[in-house]
Amino acid sequence: MEYDVVIGLEVHSELKTNSKVFCSCKNEFGGEPNTHCCPVCIGLPGALPIPNKEAVKMTIKAGLAVGSKINDIAIFERKNYFYPDLAKAYQISQAVRPICVGGGVEIEDANGQKKFIRLNRIHLEEDAGKLIHNPKIGGTMIDYNRGGVPLIEIVSEADMSSAEEAVAYLAKLRNILQYIEVSDCKMEQGSLRCDVNISLKPKGSSVLGVRAEMKNLNSFRSVTRAIEYEIKRQSRLLDEGEEVVQETKRCDDAINRSFSQRRKEDAQDYRYFPDPDLLPFRIERSLVEEVKKTMPKLREEKIRDYVDNLGLSEYDASVLTNDLNLVKYFDKVISYFNKPKFVCNFILTTLLKKVKEEDEADLVVPISAENFANLLSMYESGQISQAICRELFDEIWETNEDCKKLVEERGLKQNNNEDEIKVMVEALINEFPQSVADYKAGNTKALSFFIGQLMKRTQGKANAQIASKLIKDILDK
Amino acid sequence: MNIMNETIENVSTMLKNKQISSVELVKDSLSKIEATKELNTLHEVCSESALQKAQEIDDLRAKGQDLPILAGVPIVIKDNISMVGTFTTCSSKFLENYKSPYNATVVDKLLNAGAIIVGKANMDEFAMGSSSETCAFGPVHNPRNPEYVPGGSSGGSAGTVAGNQCFASLGTDTGGSIRQPSSFCGVVGLKPTYGLVSRYGVVAFASSLDQVGPITKSVRDSAIMLDTIAGYDANEFTSAKHSTEHYYENSFKNSVKGMKIGFAKEFFESLQNQEVLQSVMNAIDFFKSNGAEIVDIKLPHINDALAVYYVLSSAEAASNLARFDGIKYGVATTEYKDLIDFYVQSRTQGFGKEVKRRIMLGNFVLSSGYFDAYYNKAKAVQNLIINEFTDAFKQCDVIISPTTPSPAFKIGEKVDNPLEMYLNDIYTVPVNIARLPAMSIPCGVASNGLPLGLQLIGNRFSESTLFNISDYFEKNCFSLREVK
Repeated sequence: MEYDVVIGLEVHSELKTNSKVFCSCKNEFGGEPNTHCCPVCIGLPGALPIPNKEAVKMTIKAGLAVGSKINDIAIFERKNYFYPDLAKAYQISQAVRPICVGGGVEIEDANGQKKFIRLNRIHLEEDAGKLIHNPKIGGTMIDYNRGGVPLIEIVSEADMSSAEEAVAYLAKLRNILQYIEVSDCKMEQGSLRCDVNISLKPKGSSVLGVRAEMKNLNSFRSVTRAIEYEIKRQSRLLDEGEEVVQETKRCDDAINRSFSQRRKEDAQDYRYFPDPDLLPFRIERSLVEEVKKTMPKLREEKIRDYVDNLGLSEYDASVLTNDLNLVKYFDKVISYFNKPKFVCNFILTTLLKKVKEEDEADLVVPISAENFANLLSMYESGQISQAICRELFDEIWETNEDCKKLVEERGLKQNNNEDEIKVMVEALINEFPQSVADYKAGNTKALSFFIGQLMKRTQGKANAQIASKLIKDILDK
Repeated sequence: MNIMNETIENVSTMLKNKQISSVELVKDSLSKIEATKELNTLHEVCSESALQKAQEIDDLRAKGQDLPILAGVPIVIKDNISMVGTFTTCSSKFLENYKSPYNATVVDKLLNAGAIIVGKANMDEFAMGSSSETCAFGPVHNPRNPEYVPGGSSGGSAGTVAGNQCFASLGTDTGGSIRQPSSFCGVVGLKPTYGLVSRYGVVAFASSLDQVGPITKSVRDSAIMLDTIAGYDANEFTSAKHSTEHYYENSFKNSVKGMKIGFAKEFFESLQNQEVLQSVMNAIDFFKSNGAEIVDIKLPHINDALAVYYVLSSAEAASNLARFDGIKYGVATTEYKDLIDFYVQSRTQGFGKEVKRRIMLGNFVLSSGYFDAYYNKAKAVQNLIINEFTDAFKQCDVIISPTTPSPAFKIGEKVDNPLEMYLNDIYTVPVNIARLPAMSIPCGVASNGLPLGLQLIGNRFSESTLFNISDYFEKNCFSLREVK
């Protein structure tokens, strides 16, 4: 039987405030276990929370970026459950009055059609600590450094219908959150993770099926895998006329497996109620306006900007803007060397390959923008050859040494003297008659062979374009 | 003269005039504590740190330094208030070995004022109770008659003041826990306006109702204590941004002329005890004959306050006490099947019966399907009660009532009847529900020889008015201290 797949996502993203959401402890990934802690975030008796205004502002910013309505009164509530990583045995979260309501983002579906994914809400809450399973002692340790880190939960409506759409949606959100600089969105560090709700129903039916929830997925791959697995599992059950049981699965990265956490019959009752330590708080319009003023250009605007004002192609602009770090780098480089198309080309062909080679989940270019601009400028103006440019690029990627100085010191300037190159070319032609014959027989590889030999003899300094033209001129005669 | 019978006002003057040293005063306090330790008012006595601090104060005074009025005066705090170097047990087995690594704001304020904290007072476990019999370390005895309860939950705090072991104490009041024991022990208890005194570092029972307040031998001492502990605390979101009032300097006018005293018949309809009724009527007559006006006011939902209280306070308590799971500190069972069993066993072993009762009640009213019927309904009735008090205070300055429906009862008398025990708080609970200030002052002695208390309720932040009227009553109508 054929089924419609119904998917909704709850995306958790850690905000990059300086301090935690209800105390003044440092909000920083890592650190010696239990060193970024105080009576408030480890929930000692008598300690009380004070909301972090910066976290509230960032939540508003996220809401504005996805078109949410900002509530004028928001309420923090307690979500009560026992788990060792939750120091107070309740999480301060938001249920009935979150900071942001509604909104949505646009993605492309499998057919390249635009699809709007509606958001239900964005609310602010605190993260829990981290359990560390320690095989050495055969037990579990708790690190509360992450406890109390501000977290926004972005809840979508169940508008997605495939793993591809879910991933596209997640990528879109990640891009937006990065652009507005409220979160690092480092999935491998858990600063962006998501829960997937998925159910199946007979094609065309309007009755929703029983859903399964998979919690704590922290990579695009695990989201895809989890959804594909669930689709298979649920359709097999339905095909065989069996019942799908409502259940929650947790993907525990510490022990790297997913297990059924609970079934419907023992579903948690979180006993939400307004936190009496945190009175309902008013979000003034003036605060929303203030946040609006700090809103940077989002990706679509940036693409338009690059296409209309810098003359980049739609495709190039789209690749370039996929990552905010790259956008910032690119903007800086062209402020030193204003040839956007040239810079973009080099980034897309050479630089991105390098990033992929190093498999950096977080895109960091180790060459300063100014140094990189100088390198490209020398190449573009013919001061150095392409071969030298590539070599230098590889070198300064490791060292970030001043490329101008290197070119000076090592005498790497390109030889653009046609007469000198001509002498060398003629010598080569005399030396390799077989290659001349190959060339004349139509084998274009022979031309590359000559250029290669020439570069070898000149340590890459000969102008390849001039050489190529000369070789052709001579042999085509 | 027995110096331990004196007020803060008097000993402070003696300290200032160097008629006595703080070290001597602390020694007197410690020996009185030792001599009357069978009262079980204190869980921990801080002899060493108290003597050391007293010496420091004496040294400063010898150098001619001008010191605050509380400097060198022995004080006791309730054992749910965090203080570095002491246990903070909340009179629970669960926290028997728990030491807080930080000070409550009120403790810092007392220490900065030079007060000497000599001990930590026993209480009903986690402040749940009206007799101090749910204390895990044995019942507290009423110093006026050890066969009787001192009231609760701040029974140790009231008992230690009434027993002259110290000069003042701090209690906490969620539904009457300062005023009811003050009434039972014949001392002065103030429950300040919600938000006036910091809750930071005070182990929460019901966060929206809890308030720290002083228990003293006189009304004027109460003002001295409030001056020291009141004030906005940036560590507490519910702290009131109310400017300092200098209560001790500014409250006392020595007159009640023209004051309007509200009389709500709802407070008296169910009152059975004739001695209690008579003592309050005497007070009303006294105020009237001294120029105050008695105004009839209506508080129609006042008798629902107790139900509202048990829903809201239990709901908050269930959540507040969930952190006591045995993982980080406190009782941790050594034998368990799995994580859930660990929680169940540790909490079963660590908590007493009354605490378990409230946790179950609280989780019940918060659970899905019951939330609207209980929690939301209680919140709605709370709003009605708040509005009724707001209307009432348009017509009067203070509202008068008994503090409790009866004087102290015998230890063991009501311990197996929770409902009857809960009724003890029928007059005090509405004050917490409406976040108002109220005082309990001695207003008579019952035929069993135990004190009776008068409750005066003020509008929000009208502590000054309460001090004035209570002081006038204490000076000119009734005081247990002068009777002696």
